[in-house]
Amino acid sequence: MIIKGGIVYDPANGIFGEEMDICIENGRIAEDAGGEVIDARGLLVMPGGVDAHSHIAGPKLNTGRIMRPDDSRMGTEPRTRVCRPSTGYTVPNCYAIGYRYARLGYTTAFEAATPIIEARHTHEELEEIPIVDKGALTLFGSNWTVMECVRENDLGRLAAYVAWGLRAARGYGVKIVNPGGGEAWGFGSNVKSVHDPVPHFDVTPAQIIRALAEVNERLRLPHSIHLHFNNLGRPGNYTTAIETLELLKDIKPSRMRQVVHVAHMQFSAYGGTGWKDFESKASVIADYFNQTDHATMDLGQIIFGPATTMTADAPLEYANARIGHQKWSNHDIELEESSGVVPWVYMRKMPVNAVQWAIGLELALLTRDPWKVVMTTDHPNGGPFVNYPEIISLLMSREKREEEMKTLHEVVRSRSTLPSIEREMDWSEIVIMTRAAPARILGLEDKGHLGTGADADISIYSIKPDEIDPSKDHAKVKAGMSRAKYTIKGGVVVVRDGEVVAAPQGRTYWVDAAVPESEMDRMLSALKEKFERYYSIRMSNYMVQDAYLSNPFVVRAGVQPLKEVI
Amino acid sequence: MRLQIEDVLCTFCGCLCDDIKVEVNEGRIERVRGACRLGSSKIMGHNRIKSPMIRVNGTLKETSYEDAYRKAAEILVSAKHPLLYGWASTTCEALKKGIILAEEIGGVVDTTATVCHGPSIIGIEEKGLVGSTLGQIKNRADLIVFWGCNPSEAHPRHTLRYSSNASGRFIPEGRKDRKVLVIDVRETRTARNADRFLRIQPGTDYEIISALRMIIGGKAESLPEDVAGVSKKELIEIAEMMKSAKFGAIFFGLGLTHSRGRYKNVDNALSLVSELNSHTKFVIMAMRGHYNVTGAGQVLAWSSGYPMAVDYARGAPYYNPGETSCCDLLSRRDVDAALIIASDPASNLPRGCVEALAEMPVIQIDPFENPTTLFADVVIPSAIAGIEVEGTAYRMDGLSLRLRKLVDAEYPGDVEILQAILDNVRRLRDDN
Ligand code: SF4
Repeated sequence: MIIKGGIVYDPANGIFGEEMDICIENGRIAEDAGGEVIDARGLLVMPGGVDAHSHIAGPKLNTGRIMRPDDSRMGTEPRTRVCRPSTGYTVPNCYAIGYRYARLGYTTAFEAATPIIEARHTHEELEEIPIVDKGALTLFGSNWTVMECVRENDLGRLAAYVAWGLRAARGYGVKIVNPGGGEAWGFGSNVKSVHDPVPHFDVTPAQIIRALAEVNERLRLPHSIHLHFNNLGRPGNYTTAIETLELLKDIKPSRMRQVVHVAHMQFSAYGGTGWKDFESKASVIADYFNQTDHATMDLGQIIFGPATTMTADAPLEYANARIGHQKWSNHDIELEESSGVVPWVYMRKMPVNAVQWAIGLELALLTRDPWKVVMTTDHPNGGPFVNYPEIISLLMSREKREEEMKTLHEVVRSRSTLPSIEREMDWSEIVIMTRAAPARILGLEDKGHLGTGADADISIYSIKPDEIDPSKDHAKVKAGMSRAKYTIKGGVVVVRDGEVVAAPQGRTYWVDAAVPESEMDRMLSALKEKFERYYSIRMSNYMVQDAYLSNPFVVRAGVQPLKEVI
Repeated sequence: MRLQIEDVLCTFCGCLCDDIKVEVNEGRIERVRGACRLGSSKIMGHNRIKSPMIRVNGTLKETSYEDAYRKAAEILVSAKHPLLYGWASTTCEALKKGIILAEEIGGVVDTTATVCHGPSIIGIEEKGLVGSTLGQIKNRADLIVFWGCNPSEAHPRHTLRYSSNASGRFIPEGRKDRKVLVIDVRETRTARNADRFLRIQPGTDYEIISALRMIIGGKAESLPEDVAGVSKKELIEIAEMMKSAKFGAIFFGLGLTHSRGRYKNVDNALSLVSELNSHTKFVIMAMRGHYNVTGAGQVLAWSSGYPMAVDYARGAPYYNPGETSCCDLLSRRDVDAALIIASDPASNLPRGCVEALAEMPVIQIDPFENPTTLFADVVIPSAIAGIEVEGTAYRMDGLSLRLRKLVDAEYPGDVEILQAILDNVRRLRDDN
């Protein structure tokens, strides 16, 4: 297949809007090729989108669907020759997730949080999401074994446990959510700072985070630790954010990437002492990212309208349910985590929501290096991912931001710096934030770029970059990005003119990390006892079986010196 | 050859115990250890349907699988609005196939949940569910409340493995370290082993829950001295018991979902638990009956967005329990054929619904004969999930587990059967 004459953006390979042809052979980008020719003359061409943080599969999602039949009624689309029926807006059914990502030109999406013991369910849902490649991050932040290893300062055993846990969950990386808070929630409390000890375990969140970061590098995992800060969602929490980032400054990455990825930074960039004097501290956070190089973030941009919040930060969800007088689901997971789900609505005239909206945009626009910032809505926490084109048009147009701010509560002008920001992103920056950076941050070498040998995941939009001015034609940007002219996944045309025309099964990525056998044996003997005494299922029934990954893609890592990557 | 298989899952009740030992000799199960009597008898097996059958002139005649598949497909294709009902005692994989079939023929998929914990699900739609895995309760709960359920009879290993008698990290002495409260209309075996038994009059659950909510919300003074036959003093003691627990757990059964008030009872109980969390830690869980009724709800939810009673007649999922649930459809004669799998509506549905079923063509897929077989028009015997075929099931707390295969099957599994029917349906439609 040859894509002819497109205006190509491939920042990872130093291509910024050049007219060129792209060749595809056997599902990969090739030097030359024959076969079908796609006429992309003058059109915007870029690598397929990569979502590094989205909640797309697992018990939380399904709890959201079950408790929100009102949401499922939205977005209903009947079956077609290719597609099974779709439902839902904030909590779509599995098929809708695949089709909607593909229509946006996205070809990869990672589920951001799964407890090991419930990973089988997550994979059952991932299997039902068509088209996109996917993976799931595994939760370790309130895990008894992790906390015991940290308390005993036994990083060898911790590394063995993390490797085993990733294998058991068929997981892709280390996710940490409100470390220690999930365990404290077991008896209804929380941890209040990174130095607040976890009840019964004699460790602090700071120790958990540092140890997991060190072990993450010791295991040379493709992705860094993926961190949801303590105190997320609370006024004044930007100090917790900076304090936490400072803890990790001296850790050396084992690969060409960050040592910590901060999830949905918007929810942790809050000033004020309460909701009354709530204000944006995005500029402080962005400054920190501008001055350091060990961290990356994704936005967690909010979108006005309905959302469904869902997180392994269970105490946060309890607080949300109380603030919003909302229905509330909670799920405590033995020995590992806890989580919650609460429906939400973000309103333009609500002062807090208006400022939250600004914070996401400020973070993106004030952080100079787009390689450090990934665009997300923390779907469906800040809003559904189908709204990405809205965010793109906001980042590219100051005029659009001004228009929007006129519809919001006026505090958006006094409590954020957004009105004074002039920056308007260009296509290269957008491609970095939505493709190149998330792929690099996740350690997906064959994604997010169009170099020879890369996965032939490509999106083509009905947007002529040489003819439109995104700062003025923002409506065209939004419309064009909402419906890809073509989405090509692994060399297969899956979307044509905004319609799904094929729905192949994507791959599921997971990381198999090697550790010395002696360490593994030592860890397992302690773990066996834990299963006998405390788990409610048997160890042999715990691991996710191969049957749940019909199209696995195994990434090798481990403690032995490995071939240098990149 | 004699084989000892460990960590086998019991596919009887929602406890889905996964620590059973099974001895297999020459491809036959000889001994089951560790299961309760309900589980053992299921695993040992009984009364299998021997061969596929089709009803001819009023009597079931043995036939080949091919003929049975073809006949089943004919029934489904010529129906205007078929019902695909059951799914509680088979694998998630079977339901996945069933949903594809329903999408293609415009049928309704409903599970046995609508006649057992359907009200619980509607309660959850109103209030959410404050829950946990069973292991969390085993490790932490110092107060267990059984409300309108009787695990001693219906879920025999529940108390020992997961609840009142289980020991765990913060409850090292098990039963000694925790209090057990039973609320029920009669003194069950579970009630006899409780620290406290609150006997209530039938149909008064809603009032009792409301009274407890008022006491916990600090409004005890507005209560009368007697609420539905229970003294205010006793209610205050019970509310105190709940508030002073470090971690409380309520398990509820059909006593709550099927007494007067139905989903409103559950809605109220969910609110009670949600409010108790302002004072201490509390969770609640439905005692699900069939081993995979939870899984059926999960699969339907991720496939269609709705956990039960999904109608595909419009090409897209439509859900309105009370309209699209099995009993409503049958009593309105709004379906004209039924595929019944892994369940026995003849014994469990109201009489009018059973009569409606008897009047329409019925396809039954099941390993075992049951009263539904008496009026089925096509009977397709299947392998037993978790004994003869692998697959997935969800425990009552939502944990997904993989069922093992212990012995070879003489029969095709549900997935294979449904695929064959689907193939026949597609063929018939291509011909037309
Ligand atoms: S309690 Fe239920 S799952 Fe456990 S052995 Fe008995 S019937 Fe089987």
